[in-house]
Amino acid sequence: MKFTHHLKGVAIAAMTVLAVSAGSANAAEKLRIGTEGAYPPFNEVDANGELQGFDVDIAKALCASMGADCTFVKQDWDGIIPALNKRKFDAIVASMSITDERKKAVDFSEHYYTNKLQFVGKKGMAMDVSAAGLKGKTIGAQRATISGDWLEKNRADANIKLYDTQENAYLDLSSGRLDGILADAFVNYGWLESDAGKGFEFKGKPVFENDFIGIAVRKGEDQLRMKLNKAIKDIVANGTYAKINAKYFPFSIY
Amino acid sequence: MSWDTFVNMLPLLAEGALLTVELLLLSAVAGLILAVPLALARVSRTWWVSIGPRTYIFFFRGTPLLVQLFLVYYGLGQFEAVRESFVWPVLREAYWCAAITFSLHTSAYISEILRGAIQAVPGGEIEAARAIGMRPHQVYARIILPRAFRMALPAYGNEIILMLKASALASTITLLDLTGMAKTISAKNYMPVETFITAGAFYLIITYALTHLIRFLEKHLHPDRKEPVVIVG
Amino acid sequence: MIDLHGFGALLLAGTMVTLQLALAALVLGLILGLLGATAKLSELAPVRLLGNGYSTLVRGLPEFLVVLTFYFGATDALMGVASWFGYDEYIEVSAFAAGTTALGFIFGAYASELFRGAIIAIPPGQAEAARALGMTRRQTFSRITLPQVWRIALPGLGNLFMILMKDTALVSVVGLEELMRVTAFAVGRSKEPFTFYLTAAVIYLILTSIASYGLKRLEKRASLGVRELSA
Repeated sequence: MKFTHHLKGVAIAAMTVLAVSAGSANAAEKLRIGTEGAYPPFNEVDANGELQGFDVDIAKALCASMGADCTFVKQDWDGIIPALNKRKFDAIVASMSITDERKKAVDFSEHYYTNKLQFVGKKGMAMDVSAAGLKGKTIGAQRATISGDWLEKNRADANIKLYDTQENAYLDLSSGRLDGILADAFVNYGWLESDAGKGFEFKGKPVFENDFIGIAVRKGEDQLRMKLNKAIKDIVANGTYAKINAKYFPFSIY
Repeated sequence: MSWDTFVNMLPLLAEGALLTVELLLLSAVAGLILAVPLALARVSRTWWVSIGPRTYIFFFRGTPLLVQLFLVYYGLGQFEAVRESFVWPVLREAYWCAAITFSLHTSAYISEILRGAIQAVPGGEIEAARAIGMRPHQVYARIILPRAFRMALPAYGNEIILMLKASALASTITLLDLTGMAKTISAKNYMPVETFITAGAFYLIITYALTHLIRFLEKHLHPDRKEPVVIVG
Repeated sequence: MIDLHGFGALLLAGTMVTLQLALAALVLGLILGLLGATAKLSELAPVRLLGNGYSTLVRGLPEFLVVLTFYFGATDALMGVASWFGYDEYIEVSAFAAGTTALGFIFGAYASELFRGAIIAIPPGQAEAARALGMTRRQTFSRITLPQVWRIALPGLGNLFMILMKDTALVSVVGLEELMRVTAFAVGRSKEPFTFYLTAAVIYLILTSIASYGLKRLEKRASLGVRELSA
C-alpha cells in the first residue's frame, strides 16, 4: 500500500542520512545542496521535476572542481536557513544575498555573482521610483529577501505586498494588482524576456548595486567554506564560470 | 527564544490579530445576510427556485476554502473582462477578495444551519399563525424567522469559531493577518516554531473571548433554555 | 472540454497523494480519537486533564497554523529526542509525514469528543451484563461497546472525514505534491489560474461526493437491525 511505501521512504531516508554521515568528513565528499526551485533563471524546476538554472549549474561546476559528490534538495525559501541549520543540506546555492542579518545565522562563501535591485512596471506608464513618487503605490517583492527589506526601509510610504514566491508576485504584476515589483535585476531580466513579461519594462536605475550573492553554510563549517571559495576562484579562472554565465546572460554577472 | 525576541513580535502579532478579527466580523455579518435568502430559497418546494441555492451550497461546502480563495484571487484576475470592469478596483485588493470569499463560504454553511432551524420550527405554531389569517410573509417575519434565529444561534456561534480558524488562509494571498504576520516574523527571526506557537496563543485567546461572548448572547436571548445541543462536529 | 495543457496526469497523481494523505490521517485520527475519549473518561484526574486539554487546545487552533507548526517543529522535536541518544544528524520528516501527523492530531481532537459522547450514550447496564457473563474488560469493549460506538459516532465521524479531505489542501503550503500543489505548479507554467483551480475544485467535489455516498452506505450498514425512531 502506498501509505507503508511512504513510511518506508521516511525510514530509508533516515537510514541513508545515518549511513552518509558515518562515511562523510573526508575524501569523495558527499555534499547536499539546498535550493529553492522557484527563481528562474537561477533555479527552477522543469516539466520533469528536475532542478535547473544558473545556481544549479554553478553548484554542479563547483562540486566537480572540488571532487565532491553533490545531490540537490528542493526547499521552500521561507524555511531554507532553518533547514540548513538542521542539516537537511550542507550548503545553500539559491541566489542568497550576503547580509549582516543573515550572517548572524549562517556563514557565507565568497560571492559567485553580483546582483542589483531594480524596479519593473508596466510599459508606457510613467513610474517615478523615488520615495515621493511611490507613495501610495502598490509594490510587490518576495518575502524574506533584500528587495522586501529594502522596500520596508526605503519606501515605507508605498503599499508593500510580500509574496511566498517570486512567481506569485509576477502573477499579480501581470494582472494589475501591483503597480510595480522590486526584485533582482537579473531575475527581472529573465521575466521581461519571457512571454509573461511582454508589456513590462525596467523602471528607473538600479536602486541597490553591489549585492553580493554567496553560498550559505552552517556556522563554523570553515573547511567547507574554504573549499567552496577555492572552487569559485578556480572555475572563474579556467573559464567554466564564463561559459555558464553566457548560457543565461549576454553580460557578465560576476 | 530570548525574551526580547518574544516581546518584539507581540505588537506585530497584535496588529495581525486585529486584521483577523476585522475580516471575521465582516464575513460573519455578510455571511448571515447572504444566508437568509439562500435558506429561504433552499426550502422552497419549487425545484427551479431551490436548485440554485443547492448548487451554491454543494460547491462551497464540497471544496476547500483554499481553492475558493485562489479561484477568486488568482482565477478571476486571469480574465481581461474582469480586469477592465468596474469590479476590478475591489477584486484587485487581496483584502476584499478574502472578505468576499469568506462571506460566500460561510453563507453556505449558515444557510444550512438556518434551513435546519426553519424546518425545526414547530408545525403547530405555523398552522396557528395561518389559522388566524396571517399572510405567508407575515408568518415568516413574525413566527418562523425569529424562532429559527434563536434556535440557530448556538450553531451560528460555532460557525463563527470555525470561520476564525479558516481565516488563517488569508495569509496565503499576501494579507498580514495573524498567521501572515507570524510567517513574516519567522522569516526574519528564523524561529518559526516559537513564532507560530505565540500566534496560536493569540488565536486561543480570541476563541475564548468569542465563545464567552456567544454564550452570553445565548443566555441573554433565551434565558429559559438549558444547555444547547451542538450537533455539528 | 477544458484544455489541461497536458497536465492531466500530474493532477491525477496529485489526487492520489491527496487520498493517501486523507486515509493516513484518518487512521491516525481514529486511533487518537479513541485514546482521547478513553482518557477523558478515565478515573484518574490527570489523565482526564490530558485528554480534555489535548482536545480543547487543538480544536481552538487554526488547522493551517497546526500544519505549519508541525512541519517546522517535527524535525526539531524528533532531532531533539534523537540527540538524547547521541544521534546528531538530520532526520528527514517528509511533508507527507508532517501533514499526516498534523491532520491526524486535529481529527483526533474532534473525534475524541464524538467517541466520548457515543460511549456514554450506551446504557451502562449492557457493560454490567457483559461483565456478569464473565467477559473481560477487553471483550466487553470490543464486542459490546465499540460496535455501538461506531454506529452512533459514524455520522459525526463522516462529517469530520469530509472536513479532513478538504484540509489536505493546506498541506500544499509545506511542499507536499498533493492536488493543490500540483495545480499551483500547472498554473505557474500555463498562466491560467482559473482553468486549473476550477478543475481542482471539480476534483474535490467528486471526492467529497464519493465520500458522502460511501458514508451513507456505511451508516445504513451500521444501523442494520436498529429501529429508527421517526424523525
